[in-house]
Amino acid sequence: MTSFPHAAHDPIADNSIVTVESLSKFFGSRCAVDRISFAVQQGECLGFLGPNGAGKTTSINMLLGLVEKSSGRIRIMGLEIPGRQREANRLIGVVPQTDSLDPDLTVEENLLTYASYFAIPARTAKTKTAELLDFFALANRRREIIEHLSGGQRRRLLLARALINDPQLLILDEPTVGLDPQARHLIWERLAILRERGTTMLLTSHYLDEVERLSGRVLIMDHGRVVAQGVPRQLIKELVGTDVFEIEGTAAELDALEKTFTQCNAATERLSDKLYAYTQEDCSRIEALLKNSRGWLRRPANLEDLFIQLTGRSLRES
Amino acid sequence: MKFFRFRTLWLRNSRVWRKHFMATLIGSLGQPLLFLLAMGYGLGREMGEIEGLTYLQFLAPGLTASAVMYSAAFETTYGSYTRLSLQKTYEAILMTPLNVTDIVLGEIVWGASKGLFAGIIMLAALPLFGVWPSAWTLTLLPVLFVSGMFFAAFGLIMTALATSYEFFNYFISLILTPLFLFSGIFFPLQSIAPTARIFFELLPLTPTVTLSRMLCYGQFSEPWLLKIVGSLLLTLLTCWLSIVLIRKRLIQ
Repeated sequence: MTSFPHAAHDPIADNSIVTVESLSKFFGSRCAVDRISFAVQQGECLGFLGPNGAGKTTSINMLLGLVEKSSGRIRIMGLEIPGRQREANRLIGVVPQTDSLDPDLTVEENLLTYASYFAIPARTAKTKTAELLDFFALANRRREIIEHLSGGQRRRLLLARALINDPQLLILDEPTVGLDPQARHLIWERLAILRERGTTMLLTSHYLDEVERLSGRVLIMDHGRVVAQGVPRQLIKELVGTDVFEIEGTAAELDALEKTFTQCNAATERLSDKLYAYTQEDCSRIEALLKNSRGWLRRPANLEDLFIQLTGRSLRES
Repeated sequence: MKFFRFRTLWLRNSRVWRKHFMATLIGSLGQPLLFLLAMGYGLGREMGEIEGLTYLQFLAPGLTASAVMYSAAFETTYGSYTRLSLQKTYEAILMTPLNVTDIVLGEIVWGASKGLFAGIIMLAALPLFGVWPSAWTLTLLPVLFVSGMFFAAFGLIMTALATSYEFFNYFISLILTPLFLFSGIFFPLQSIAPTARIFFELLPLTPTVTLSRMLCYGQFSEPWLLKIVGSLLLTLLTCWLSIVLIRKRLIQ
């Protein structure tokens, strides 16, 4: 278990939108979430990461009241959850992982109906709907039924729906899963605009490039626990290194190289016929030794390296 | 009023319903009207009077009550189960200020409204068969609505327990069809042996059938207040149970 010094900040800070203290969830005897604590600050985008079954969705569902907590404390904008869930939900917008658009209704009706659940007056709802459909480039599909929308259009409509109540907190559970690059970029662009406007976001995603792009701070979960949280670049530098060498070669070659890298204060990892070296300092002098190897590359360490480092390479199939 | 938060779900359902108006209308009225035609007109001409009514007159109010039952129960089984599982409508609504109780009340009141609508259409069609309901029939409408609430809540309990659409076959074959046949719609319960009759009288559709017939023709031969109070209590209990079970299904 890796602990991280930045995690020590006071979770009851004044401008926290969400504070979670020692939150746990048991399903029978299985512990899905194990005493996690974190806070989401006003205006930030917190990336929530972890392999499948790590407890991310369970944690988010506890914030939303879809899963009852076993112990611990949750406050959203000062409101105790689940006691004041109804008031809290008024201030939250959610883009769920699975499409829950109303297929019986048109694009526009989806937003108007959702607005009615928030008791938004009809006139305000109409204006807001038009505004959101414009923002998400859906205005010309206003009267379309949901079935006729593409995957990207559905996701954008889910985002528009999540914003219908002008939420203080936007929860995004895998907002671009299954989309083509064009559709993802359009969504990222809109999310970046929202972030600039100061919308507080909680984002889960398996696409680490997405998280790196959008989140100022990340929290990594595994086996129901928080294994690290902090600013991605700092976490990567402290826990992984600055550069990564990926080298292919024979076992003998890689053995020798591994030794050299270790002398240069780099952490190494062997994977069949591949050597990974995570450097802490300048090891460029070793590059001369790599000229004869089958293939090699050097790249900056990224969030994916951090993720693998903290949660391992083994598959999680629950 | 805060209690009426569920009306937004009712409005959502009615918005969808208006799009499929004809299909649902024929779906919920086809069967009772055909029964009335075949049994009342076809068979009834050969039969003597029952309780001073022609067989067609005898059948008509009970079939109205059955139309309410089918319409309400189908809405909160097939309809609600689709919203619960396939469409994830409830999950989406739970992320708004509405909670499980609001959803369940919205669905029950909606199912009852659909049931009442089917009942009204049925009553309106009766003069076509030469059956003229009395002015008391207006007081029948709240009775039909309560019965609709009961069967909507009953259907919702089935939805909470269902793992697939096939599950509703049990509900239809083992509960709705026997109720349709043995609640005094087709034959008078007075002629049955007293011990067996108690069982038939306690079936949840029976009081509605009896009240329908009484109010339709303005005859007050049975203990109507007891039947009304009994139906109300049973309906409240069923609504409460459906809230408990749907909550268990939606919240882990």
